[in-house]
Amino acid sequence: MPAVDLIIDHEQRGGVSRRTFIKGVIATGAAVSSTAYLFRSSGVFAETLTQGAVERLITLNVNGQQRRVDVVPHETLAMTLRYKLGLTGTKLGCDRAECGACTVLIDGVNRYSCSTLTHTVRSQEITTIEGLEDSTGQLHPVQQAVVDEGGFQCAFCAPGFIMSMVALVEANPNPTRSETAHALSGNLCRCGDYNKILNSAMRAAEYARRRA
Amino acid sequence: MAVIRDMIPAFELFQPTSVDDALSLLAQHGDDTWVLAGGLDSFDWFKDRIKRPKVVVELSGVEELKGIRSTEDGVEIGAMTTLTEVATNSEILANYGLLAKAASQVATPQIRNQGTLGGNVSQDTRCWYYRGGWPCYRAGGNICYASAPQAMNREHCIFGADRCVAVNPSDTAPTLIALDAKMIVKRANRERVIDAEDFFIGPGTDITRMTVLRPGDLLTSIRIPATWAGASFYWEKVEDRKSWDFALVSVARAMRVSNGSITEARVVVNGVAPYPMRLDAVEAAVRGRPLSEETAQMGGEVAIRRAKALRHNDYKLPLIRNLVRRALRGRPA
Ligand SMILES: Cc1cc2nc3c(=O)[nH]c(=O)nc-3n(C[C@H](O)[C@H](O)[C@H](O)COP(=O)(O)OP(=O)(O)OC[C@H]3O[C@@H](n4cnc5c(N)ncnc54)[C@H](O)[C@@H]3O)c2cc1C
Ligand code: FES
Ligand code: FES
Repeated sequence: MPAVDLIIDHEQRGGVSRRTFIKGVIATGAAVSSTAYLFRSSGVFAETLTQGAVERLITLNVNGQQRRVDVVPHETLAMTLRYKLGLTGTKLGCDRAECGACTVLIDGVNRYSCSTLTHTVRSQEITTIEGLEDSTGQLHPVQQAVVDEGGFQCAFCAPGFIMSMVALVEANPNPTRSETAHALSGNLCRCGDYNKILNSAMRAAEYARRRA
Repeated sequence: MAVIRDMIPAFELFQPTSVDDALSLLAQHGDDTWVLAGGLDSFDWFKDRIKRPKVVVELSGVEELKGIRSTEDGVEIGAMTTLTEVATNSEILANYGLLAKAASQVATPQIRNQGTLGGNVSQDTRCWYYRGGWPCYRAGGNICYASAPQAMNREHCIFGADRCVAVNPSDTAPTLIALDAKMIVKRANRERVIDAEDFFIGPGTDITRMTVLRPGDLLTSIRIPATWAGASFYWEKVEDRKSWDFALVSVARAMRVSNGSITEARVVVNGVAPYPMRLDAVEAAVRGRPLSEETAQMGGEVAIRRAKALRHNDYKLPLIRNLVRRALRGRPA
């Protein structure tokens, strides 16, 4: 059996009680991977691999930390982030490069983590929504702008949109509204209030310029 | 979360760092090997378990396949160059804006940031019967579900059907043909230089493939000669929604005009045939003609002369006629 700790995390911020997260945190370095536990019935991970291919135990640079993790060759980055590293801020909507919920930054470039093999980003810097606030807990200007604008409804799409907004304001600190729409055109919102999302992004660019 | 079906089945992953290593891996592992570039066409096949390669040769570590360099006669683009780079490169923007424009309209920013030019031209068709795993001709069976009486075939072809009625989905492909690009294809001990026009094949040539690439082949780069550098270009893509969507039809046109007359033009359409289709008849008909509304009207009619609609795609005839007319009016899109 893999070693599994359940961490129940009642986090308070700004007096508002946040959702309670239950995360299965799996001891790294154990012979049995967490995915074998989570997907016990799938049989996918039971298949053994032949010699010569990539090493499974790798180090990933995630949010500025070096994380040792056991990754099978056919594993997507979204799977690794969510189910091995506990970074559940990255969402899976479609798992097909069709919604943008899984967007993360890879060396500062926004990409779909559902459609990226983890082994292809071994030597790159991965940034997820959890990595945006600074070490003092101050929100990233984009996050602050989203909070101030009340930019989302259910906000399932928010982490993905925010990562694309971060990529945008880094590349183009002074975007027009239509450039912003273009930059966010790889993210879908099911609740569909794109105007408010664009307002957030415009404000985000303004905050980022001010902080720069 | 997504359903468990979306876990990709196991394969052996190789990550070579040179073209030579990639080629020897491909030679060594044979037909069960899959070349992986950005993966944006590949992952759906894997997740749906319709294609299950035993070995995947992943190219992101091969630096010599990346980047855009000027050559004596034009520009050479490594197969692993991302669509974002193609769309924003200054030389491509300055001289081959047709390609930059098409690349900038592929899918979404995230897909362009990862999808490669080599993968974009080598991608498989999007016919949903085929992609859904139906045992059609293209999949080795003996029926085409998309041309059956009840079939949903709004997106399928009006030219070039031969048992299969699927279309080529690539946005960059027609622009590369218009620019007379050359595809550099290597295998173990051989290099071939193939005209873009001949790189794409129809079901009459081989119903299981969209391009000349066979297992063991590696597309290493795409060379664009200076022939059409700085010419007048036109690109238009019609899609159901402005982002994330494949073209219903597209047109790419390169043209040289002198004293108000068309001296030479290349007109290529996609989304209408199993391969990006050069409209030779239109090119011949407009050569030497004045750049005029009359020429444009005539070119549009010639474009659809041999078209044959399926049950749900006859709208593609007026659409392609109008796009060709617009392209021949000589104004930018
Ligand atoms: C949601 C969605 C929307 C899309 N919309 C569009 C669109 O609007 N327009 C458009 O043109 N495309 C569109 N695409 C397709 C996408 O652009 C292509 O799939 C992508 O460019 C392929 O590049 P890749 O590097 O990711 O290819 P991969 O998936 O890695 O490869 C594609 C195919 O080419 C082969 N291959 C790749 N590189 C080489 C090489 N160097 N040598 C030999 N074989 C090779 C692979 O084996 C595979 O069969 C869309 C895709 C998705 C998922
Ligand atoms: S989960 Fe990756 S794009 Fe939808
Ligand atoms: S706010 Fe609900 S999906 Fe975007």
